[in-house]
Amino acid sequence: MADKVRIAIVGSGPAGLSAAAHAAKIGVSHVLLEKTDHLSDTIYSYQKKKYVMATPTQLVLRADLDFEAGYRETILDVWNKGIADGGVNVRYNAEVKGVSGEKGDFTLTLTNGDKVQAETIILSIGTQGNPNLMRCPGGDLPHVQYQLADPGAYIDEHIFIIGAGDAGIENALGLAADPAQANVVSIVNRSADFSRAKDANVTNLMAARDAGRVSTYTEASPAKVEGGWITLEIPDGETRLKCDRIIARLGSSPPRKFVESLGIEFTSDSRDAYPKLSPNFETTAPGVYVIGALAGYPLIKHCMNQGHDVVEYINGNVTLAPADEPILAQKLAHLPGGLPVAAWLEFLREKVEILNGLSPLQMREFLIDSEVRFYRADEVIFERNSIGSSLFGIASGSVKVEINAANPAITVPISAGSIFGEVGLISGRRRGSTIRASEDTIVIEIPRNAALKLMASVKEARDTVNRITTERTVLQIFGSGLTAHDVADVLAKSEVKEIKPGEAIIREGDESYDIYIVRRGSMVVEREIGGKPVFLNYIPAGQWAGEVSLVEGGKRNATVRAAIRSEVIKLDGDLFRILLNRKPELVARLRAEMSTRRRINEYIDKEKDKFSGVLDYYTSVAKFLVDQGVGEATDVLLIDERLCVGCDNCEKACADAHDGLSRLDREAGRTYANLHVPTSCRHCEHPHCMTDCPPNAIHRGPDGEVFIDNTCIGCGNCQRFCPYGVIRMDKPPPKKPGLASWLLFGMGPGPGEPDKAWKEANAKAGDGSHKQAIKCDMCSGIKGGPACVRACPTGAAIRVSPENFLSVALLDRGRE
Amino acid sequence: MARQAVRQANRSDVRKHEGFLQHGGYRWLWIALALCAVSIAAYLMIDAEPRPRGGTIYGYTLGTIGALLIGWLSLFGIRKRAITTGVYSLKAWLSAHVYLGVSLLVIGTLHAGFHFGWNVHTLAYALMVFVIVSGMFGAAAYAVLPKELSANRGETTQRQWLETIRSLDALLRDAAQPLDRTEADAVRLSTEQTTIGGSFLNRLSGQYPGCGNSRAISEISRLGRGGTSPHAAALDLVDSLLKRKQATLDQARRHIRLRTILEMWLYIHVPVTFALLAALTAHIVSVFFYW
Repeated sequence: MADKVRIAIVGSGPAGLSAAAHAAKIGVSHVLLEKTDHLSDTIYSYQKKKYVMATPTQLVLRADLDFEAGYRETILDVWNKGIADGGVNVRYNAEVKGVSGEKGDFTLTLTNGDKVQAETIILSIGTQGNPNLMRCPGGDLPHVQYQLADPGAYIDEHIFIIGAGDAGIENALGLAADPAQANVVSIVNRSADFSRAKDANVTNLMAARDAGRVSTYTEASPAKVEGGWITLEIPDGETRLKCDRIIARLGSSPPRKFVESLGIEFTSDSRDAYPKLSPNFETTAPGVYVIGALAGYPLIKHCMNQGHDVVEYINGNVTLAPADEPILAQKLAHLPGGLPVAAWLEFLREKVEILNGLSPLQMREFLIDSEVRFYRADEVIFERNSIGSSLFGIASGSVKVEINAANPAITVPISAGSIFGEVGLISGRRRGSTIRASEDTIVIEIPRNAALKLMASVKEARDTVNRITTERTVLQIFGSGLTAHDVADVLAKSEVKEIKPGEAIIREGDESYDIYIVRRGSMVVEREIGGKPVFLNYIPAGQWAGEVSLVEGGKRNATVRAAIRSEVIKLDGDLFRILLNRKPELVARLRAEMSTRRRINEYIDKEKDKFSGVLDYYTSVAKFLVDQGVGEATDVLLIDERLCVGCDNCEKACADAHDGLSRLDREAGRTYANLHVPTSCRHCEHPHCMTDCPPNAIHRGPDGEVFIDNTCIGCGNCQRFCPYGVIRMDKPPPKKPGLASWLLFGMGPGPGEPDKAWKEANAKAGDGSHKQAIKCDMCSGIKGGPACVRACPTGAAIRVSPENFLSVALLDRGRE
Repeated sequence: MARQAVRQANRSDVRKHEGFLQHGGYRWLWIALALCAVSIAAYLMIDAEPRPRGGTIYGYTLGTIGALLIGWLSLFGIRKRAITTGVYSLKAWLSAHVYLGVSLLVIGTLHAGFHFGWNVHTLAYALMVFVIVSGMFGAAAYAVLPKELSANRGETTQRQWLETIRSLDALLRDAAQPLDRTEADAVRLSTEQTTIGGSFLNRLSGQYPGCGNSRAISEISRLGRGGTSPHAAALDLVDSLLKRKQATLDQARRHIRLRTILEMWLYIHVPVTFALLAALTAHIVSVFFYW
């Protein structure tokens, strides 16, 4: 057993490395425990020559190790050298199994049985967790690996990939990509289909299988591993196959269990929750500190600064201001009152109800993402129909909501402490009303991602937002003359329900008369005609279903089911009828809104004998489009193949409007009844690409476009999250000669994206640009709108929103 | 709802989704017809002495209109390629290009006063007619063929066909291993002597008389199949692979044929336009210099 150290640092990622380097520098006794045989495993496992970014740029680095944007290899070299030169005490192959003791006297037990004694512990183990291991006999043999750094490194081997998620499939395809490597690649899938992986990956895998490049084993699992051989359990018994290498991609178990076993509490049960931390990164277990990605900071610079700071704190320097202090000070400088940063943080946290549950540390991070704004009386905060998905909290003052577009004098007040803008946040649609400050007002504007993170990690915040949202949604869509008091009874019994895709909330012929508001997602309405369901209507978020039976009685006349994963607010029919009796103007309003839907209904009734072909067409095309993700789209590019001559001018226009990179693949994508959905962004209401963007570089712009700004670090997360395969990773090609030079003298590659050969031949040496995520931005900022549509010579390219297209437009089309 | 109305206003009106011929409710067709009607009416009403020709006031007017139109119409190629900012629709440009271009037949003929000869003036006229006729062919192809192209393509892409053919070739090579020399040679006809595109005539006609794959199919069936021996099974496999390849080849070639028709007229339309511009310049210069 070694001597007791002041600090044991678990995990040698950027945060742990920086902490260890600082401890070494200021002479604090320490040990850095790393479970693998090299430092910083996450970055070590990046693919070769991966470019690593250093964001946020405005944040100063105060760590003792150097870090600037560069290739994986360079960064690792710098760190390895820094750790070696700094005299850091590193123990490799030291995975911590358990911790006992308390502050001042911890004992860490390693998997090899060794024990380490320490006064304090810094956990910087990241969020990747440990890969799930092969459990069959022989699973611990050296030719079983859990990662694939360089698919090009293996030649002439029989390789088995275990696990058919995206990681497994990507590895298999990578290994089989170059026939010259002559690898015999097989992938083993426990289930019968490849439903866990993205469609694009499955398609590629199937193509590789059909081409004989990859063998697939389904409903199979490894039974035994021996040197040079693997035995698989397949549906009709066991089979022993030649095997030189096994790559197991069985997913990983998050480190939460381990962290909780140390007595550390998390902020909530949500999967996205982080450990509760003090301003000094101390957890609820005294003496145990958490920093880095595990603390909720995915960016390298943050992590390294925290490593430095936490060692200072432990060493007694508790007054050290965090590195983000100047950024926050700058953010808050324009506010009246001139308080110090800490006082502002406390002020906002106390005043805004949904922020009450945050720790000061969370507040800091929160404020980096958010903006605090000051509005004079009567200043507009946002306008009706503008696009925005941020949430606002009122810290002081109050605002007024112009609920009636025709008469701005009619307003509803919202007072300090409350929130607004939540409808845009939840439904992803445009702002429903204009909001102005009633007096001098300070608000905090919380961008969508930060707001969602807040709701996921703080239960009080979630409940508050849900309560307010439901009330406001009801008041807003049923509108005229209703007050919160009127709907209190209805709301008390309302439920927010999550609906799976395809699940019905209302069934044709049922006797129910509840009414549903679509809070997020979208619904399709169908009726059974001649034994077949016929598509009637599409209901986007922010509208409702079920009013006909409610107002007029009688059985349900149509089925309403979710087009995609959706959330509805269910309002009790009996209570709502009482409300209707009290408020006849509400009945009139519902009837008015019903008339449009009734028109389609009547039309279909009238035509159903004559035009069954039209109805079939209407229904099947609607179904096809919903399957293609149009149900969650806000704006999607369609190509009418009755007009498309295949000139690809749309792609060329796209490239020429955007630094020479096209964001559109016309030919790829699905086609049905001459309607082609090319591989191009749908600008989803709730963009999948935004799910996990470390620098938070994906936003929704003023025209509803989802775009990526140039703080993109090129990590490729968005590309993996997009179910439609519309994001590509690339760097802009060199500038090409102008159109006139090409037309007159044949200089350069001509209109459109230059081919690869030209790009390479004309690339400038030492050009520092790197691959970033590229996607359609709906030509935002370009006068005239989307270039693809403008440049289509035949009118085949159209951009549509689902609620407009899945209606009479489609019926008319079917009749042509 | 009001919200929806705003959303709708922000994008092209889907309900009026029209192709280039119908654009704007046939706006440019009507404009072109009006232009022709006015020209014809004026031609009939103006009593030119000694006979209608380009040198009268009316003739100059028509000539100027025609020359300006030709100049403007020939800029379409630049408009198509210059992706500038600003509100414009290439579809509207094409619509105007088609209808105004056709109206030039009337304007040009009236400008000539039905007076033709073996000179540079009639050369310019003939080239103009040639360009217009090739353009009419193109417009007709654009109006008719995309539907066929789409129906033939289904959900597949060119790249997929090539991949399929390549993988079938790999499978064919494997499947030919157990065969004897003459049979294997037949398979090699398919894997080594099949061209997908071929010459211009092949592409345009869709006929590939020497196609290695069809020859391989007839060779294999001539060599005889049947029976249950492993050898017969291998021949059956080869036969079915060859037929799958043929189906993919047919589909790819139909696609190529349609694309060829959609593109080939441009190889006449555009170069002859340049010839027309040269002849037109000669025509104008000669008229003004050798009055």
